[in-house]
Amino acid sequence: MQQPNKLTPFFENLNFERDDNTMVINFGPQHPSAHGQLRLVLELDGELVTKAYPDIGYLHRGIEKMAENMTYNEFLPTTDRLDYIASTSNNYAYAHAVEKLLGIEAPRRAQVIRTMLLEINRIISHLFFLATHALDVGAMSVFLYAFREREFAMDLMEDYCGARLTHSAVRIGGVPLDLPAGWTEKLAMYIEKMPEAIKMYEDLLTENRIWKMRLENVGVISGEDALNWGCTGVMLRGSGIKYDIRKEEPYELYSELDFDIPVSDRCDSYGRYRLYMEEMKESVKILKQLIPMYFETEPQLMAHAPQYISAPKEEIMTQNYALMQHFVLVTQGMRPPKGEVYAPTESPKGELGFYIKSEGEPYAYRLKCRAPSFFHTGLLQEILVGTYIADVVTIIGTTNIVFGEVDR
Amino acid sequence: MRKYTPKDNVQAKSYYTDRFWVAPRVPKEAVEEGTHFEKVVAALGAQVKEAYIQVGQLVMHIEATENFQVIKILKEQCGYTQCSEQSAVDYLAKEGEFELFYQLLNINEAKRVRVVCRIKKDEAIESIVPLFKSANFAEREMFDMFGIKVNNHPFLKRIIMPDDWEGHPLLKTYPLQGDEFASWYEVDKIFGKEYRNIIGPENRDPARIDRYDTKRFSRIGYEVPFGADISGGETEQPIEYSETFMVNYNKSSKQLDERK
Repeated sequence: MQQPNKLTPFFENLNFERDDNTMVINFGPQHPSAHGQLRLVLELDGELVTKAYPDIGYLHRGIEKMAENMTYNEFLPTTDRLDYIASTSNNYAYAHAVEKLLGIEAPRRAQVIRTMLLEINRIISHLFFLATHALDVGAMSVFLYAFREREFAMDLMEDYCGARLTHSAVRIGGVPLDLPAGWTEKLAMYIEKMPEAIKMYEDLLTENRIWKMRLENVGVISGEDALNWGCTGVMLRGSGIKYDIRKEEPYELYSELDFDIPVSDRCDSYGRYRLYMEEMKESVKILKQLIPMYFETEPQLMAHAPQYISAPKEEIMTQNYALMQHFVLVTQGMRPPKGEVYAPTESPKGELGFYIKSEGEPYAYRLKCRAPSFFHTGLLQEILVGTYIADVVTIIGTTNIVFGEVDR
Repeated sequence: MRKYTPKDNVQAKSYYTDRFWVAPRVPKEAVEEGTHFEKVVAALGAQVKEAYIQVGQLVMHIEATENFQVIKILKEQCGYTQCSEQSAVDYLAKEGEFELFYQLLNINEAKRVRVVCRIKKDEAIESIVPLFKSANFAEREMFDMFGIKVNNHPFLKRIIMPDDWEGHPLLKTYPLQGDEFASWYEVDKIFGKEYRNIIGPENRDPARIDRYDTKRFSRIGYEVPFGADISGGETEQPIEYSETFMVNYNKSSKQLDERK
């Protein structure tokens, strides 16, 4: 065992052969481009990376452990802290898994609202990706423009649920609130502006010489590798494999909506950047279709399953039995059936799935969060090798990892 | 008498369960003839102990020693080219076993399969990293969280917890607030063991405020010197307000410009 001190830092017993002229450097966890708390130990031969070792765990909060010690409804706000860039996707993925376990379905209006929120979150997340990725690569102005539009989307979220980052806007069995008055008009205004904004980012970046030089043929992942390393979402579609859970295993209203799945066979960072831009356009398309759908729905917001979900407020206040059930559900928590479920959803980062093992208790016996970023971080140890140190930042940026869900 | 708490499962439990409560079950459907899943089960033959469909996904129970062969067949013959997730469930308290699951995805058919196997407490499992590189991180996480050894893993080391950590956090025997080792870990690391008496064990309750702490918290209404010992009580003092509070500096009586 080493005796680490300030002069001989602790390199976690990495077996680097140091007989040649290589250098071991430590990238992060306090690095502005480390996207949170990523620590990379890199072995460099000149400027060439010859070995890379991603070290994670600096943001570990034991969220899976907490899930075993909280009732199902209590745990929902904790899921906000997984991918804190797009919290509603986590809330939804969790609620979706529990609903599959319970065998219930949210009412139509709740589904419309959820799909809207999910797509707004996708735009928020993709804009954040674009902003930080451009900033990492050196395009400062894109960061400011992208954050402006992201701010408007966050205002929409704030109007709906009161929070900007930790939304908790989805409940098991539906949504807690109807859309506030005038919200759909604001959304319509936003999605009308959005294509212009996307066009502006594309004008700034797509044909930009520096941007192309920094991104083209950087971080190349073949389709086979992407599958092998568990890449999902844009990382998979950027390698020429057309798989989107919204299309292939549709949930909510995605089977009724008309949208395309952009694919790129470039396999590099530039292709992935183009996909993010296209996906935002698709999200705008989806939102446009959802607004008229909202007005065709009945006002019910939560599923009717008295055993698992509290009745609406007016019923609780007027009917004794509904009040009793509500009391039991609040004090003891719902008891889902015995069994296990794995429900995948397409979060902005990739496949976000929750595996829940229930033993019929109010506490989940085991909850495993399948986070896309966790597997994308694992991929770094292979794709960083053979690249130059200047491209490391680009590759970390293009994987779009968020450490809330890597470490959990 | 002290309340009895089982030591083999220290997780939160329901404080009241009806005597006649029988938990319902998530329905298990049989694998139907002529479906994609039926072909999968047929390809594996006798290696499958039990197969059923639960919530739209095929679940297959296999022998833990055959996990590599089964997953190899699934990958090479049935088109399950992605391993989405791999982890374990702790059943040590009830059955003395871990339940391991592998969640596989077939991209072309958009079908998912879960391969489930069970191992005893000190048994190891064969790594599937030669088949799926995504299992590299997943198996390391399982080792970190449950202490399950994985044979032939290229780099089996703790991934999320620190290297010198003791205990495996997702075991049912591990309390939510951390164990004895966890409460001294940072104190020992930062200050050294000799400071244990001075600093005390780490408290992981984020809402906890020490009433007698005069170093980090000011006491409104009581003038207490920094670091003073107030465990014997403190004297209340009237709150004094600043004389210059809410003074309108814009209407200054001073004449700044001499010409006026």
